[in-house]
Amino acid sequence: MDLILGNAISWLFQPITAAYALAAIGIALHFGFTGLLNFGQAVFMAVGAYGFSISVKFFGLGFWPAVGVAVIASIAMAFLLGIPTLRLRSDYLAIVTIAAAEVFRFIVSTTSAQPVTGGPQGLNQYSEGFYAMNPIPVGHYKFWVWDFKQDDLFAIAVSWLVVTFFAVLLAILIRSPWGRVIKGIREDEDAVRSLGKNVYSYKMQSLVVGGLMGTFAGILFVLPTSVQPGNYGTTLTFYIWTILLLGGASTVIGSIVGAMIFWSLLSLTGDLLSTGVDNGTITFLTQNQVGAIRFMLVGVALMLLVIFRPQGIFGNKKELYFNA
Amino acid sequence: MNQSIPRSVGRKWLGIVALLFAFLIGGSTAFAATPTPSPTGDVATTFILGGKITDCGVGIPGIKISVTGPGTTANLVTDKKGLWEVQTPTTTRYLKDKFTVTLDKTTLPKDRVLIGTSTRTVVFNMVNSASAAFKLVPIDCGSTSPNQPKAAENPIVVALFNGINFGLMLAMAAIGLSLIYGTTGLSNFAHGEMVTIGALSTWVFNRVLGLDLIPAALLAILIVTAFGYAQDAFIWRPLRKKRIGLTQMMIVSIGLSMVVRYALQMIFGGDTKVLTQGETWSILGISMPAVNVICSALSVVVLVAYSLFLTKTRIGKATRAVSDNPSLAASTGIDVERIIRIVWIIAAVLTGIAGVFIGLYEQAAWDTGFWNLLLIFAAVTLGGLGTSAGAAVGAMIIGLLVELSTLVIPPDLKVAAALVVMILVLLVKPEGVLGKKQRIG
Repeated sequence: MDLILGNAISWLFQPITAAYALAAIGIALHFGFTGLLNFGQAVFMAVGAYGFSISVKFFGLGFWPAVGVAVIASIAMAFLLGIPTLRLRSDYLAIVTIAAAEVFRFIVSTTSAQPVTGGPQGLNQYSEGFYAMNPIPVGHYKFWVWDFKQDDLFAIAVSWLVVTFFAVLLAILIRSPWGRVIKGIREDEDAVRSLGKNVYSYKMQSLVVGGLMGTFAGILFVLPTSVQPGNYGTTLTFYIWTILLLGGASTVIGSIVGAMIFWSLLSLTGDLLSTGVDNGTITFLTQNQVGAIRFMLVGVALMLLVIFRPQGIFGNKKELYFNA
Repeated sequence: MNQSIPRSVGRKWLGIVALLFAFLIGGSTAFAATPTPSPTGDVATTFILGGKITDCGVGIPGIKISVTGPGTTANLVTDKKGLWEVQTPTTTRYLKDKFTVTLDKTTLPKDRVLIGTSTRTVVFNMVNSASAAFKLVPIDCGSTSPNQPKAAENPIVVALFNGINFGLMLAMAAIGLSLIYGTTGLSNFAHGEMVTIGALSTWVFNRVLGLDLIPAALLAILIVTAFGYAQDAFIWRPLRKKRIGLTQMMIVSIGLSMVVRYALQMIFGGDTKVLTQGETWSILGISMPAVNVICSALSVVVLVAYSLFLTKTRIGKATRAVSDNPSLAASTGIDVERIIRIVWIIAAVLTGIAGVFIGLYEQAAWDTGFWNLLLIFAAVTLGGLGTSAGAAVGAMIIGLLVELSTLVIPPDLKVAAALVVMILVLLVKPEGVLGKKQRIG
């Protein structure tokens, strides 16, 4: 029981949780503050993951230049998606971003691209440059039921530092004059346009900045693990949306707390059900079905949230953006 | 980890190459289970025995394979990528043990014949990945390989045939999605699950309960219709009454799609259910599964009947009126909610038919509809949001693009090609091929 609880609690601060939180902060800027329906956050994460890992593995770049490549690729991707769609109604951005995310996933996972992207197997072992910067002395660090290596601690610390940086950046941005304009676009595009603002340009800036957050999330996501093309499907985007709506789309802190709650609950329900199946308390399920139940719970949570508490846990109903 | 049989074996043998990989995953790699001492003192690890059955690089789903070996007996069916694998919880003392892999000849496509025995023996070795090949005839790669066109079957014509086939099925599902979008404004991400339910119900009635294909298909369509009607009655109608915004409804549909999809996975498992059966017909020198030819012909009939309904009947005209402007339609005395109910039923019938046909075309699995959902959305967007004719035209374009693209690019990129073309078309003509300018806002 301690182990299950410890597992669930560890999801509050795992690097994966941080990555999802950061990706959700990106959509908070897109959707919660600008009103853009970005259904392709997975593509920005994939650009981060692949941009970084290919730079290291294929081009032999160091850690920082590889991050630079990912950033440039992310900005290019935002322009590529934004130019055709930002002048159109919001559902066009949704369909184009979701399609672009799938196209990207197909291209990196095709066997013909195997030498560069690793094809269906993906990539691994590109993090030496990152861990080389680790100042924490080598060893095992034990707390309660957890046992961390120095590299785990470093990954956790860096991940949350990056999340904090972007969360503060977003909080500053939305309180700035720039933030007032993008919130104006969310409320009434035409009103903002009539004030002489270039709505298209502001939307593009929002797309680029939120996409960059997704890209950094993608890098954080793969630093402690490996790059698996299957991870960047539409399910990833929908998870991030669930996290965003759980915490509150028009808040900054909501994405972070949303990610923590999401992953802890997912771990807790999964572990409890698995244990139940293992020791025979739950007889109507098999281990394979436990996985499916967790996904069903995410779906139910998403539906109930959007219907009954669309502003999320921390949201303010007045600030809620849905194009009703 | 994959390796392929050298192509230089000679073209006579390359009809279908069934590759078997036996690969071994040791305790230290990322995929293996944690070694735990077993009662006998051996270290138990998870070994994965798997492979891919391909027809010139494209996986063949639905081939039955059985594996026997120490501690393992498994009956498997290849998934839609032609992959199969079995986990064999075994111990290190079995490392040199032999596994026997048997291929069920009757599940091969009808025009392929196995040469030699259908059994291969694979020996596990700590470091090597073992492989064994099944050789099959006929000789040529035919439609799916751009590199080896067969003299008798022109690959362009074959791709055209397949494209029209797939496009027609997609058209019915796309019209269903477009009808609902047109009348209620809902972009329904749970639409793919209606396709899945159609395909899986056909499998249940036909293969499990043993009904003939036609009654099985009719019952499957009935089930999808009931699901569509229930979906509207219990979810979307109350939400419309609550005046929930369209974006919110769209996200609700994403949640619904996850719930239904994983419920289906729980019930039916993650494997592919084999539906296709029967003979192949030779048309214009091209051999096609008869069932696909019949499906295409029926699709045309359904589409014509639907367009007559839309243009000639009162309800059809009312549907178009609601789709154009619900408030104006209501003010002329049309009962909008009633029309929406009818639209849901028609949409579900069309999508159900599409589900049955797609199941017969590419077999049925818990995520069949999910894989096709984006193509359905692409068809609707490409044709022009909210118009039925547009959805049909868009679906034909997407269907042809998907199949024709395999002539020039690797088959695993065919869906990507269709989506890229959709994005490019939106660049120059955002209202879609048949869309009206005012719809794009």
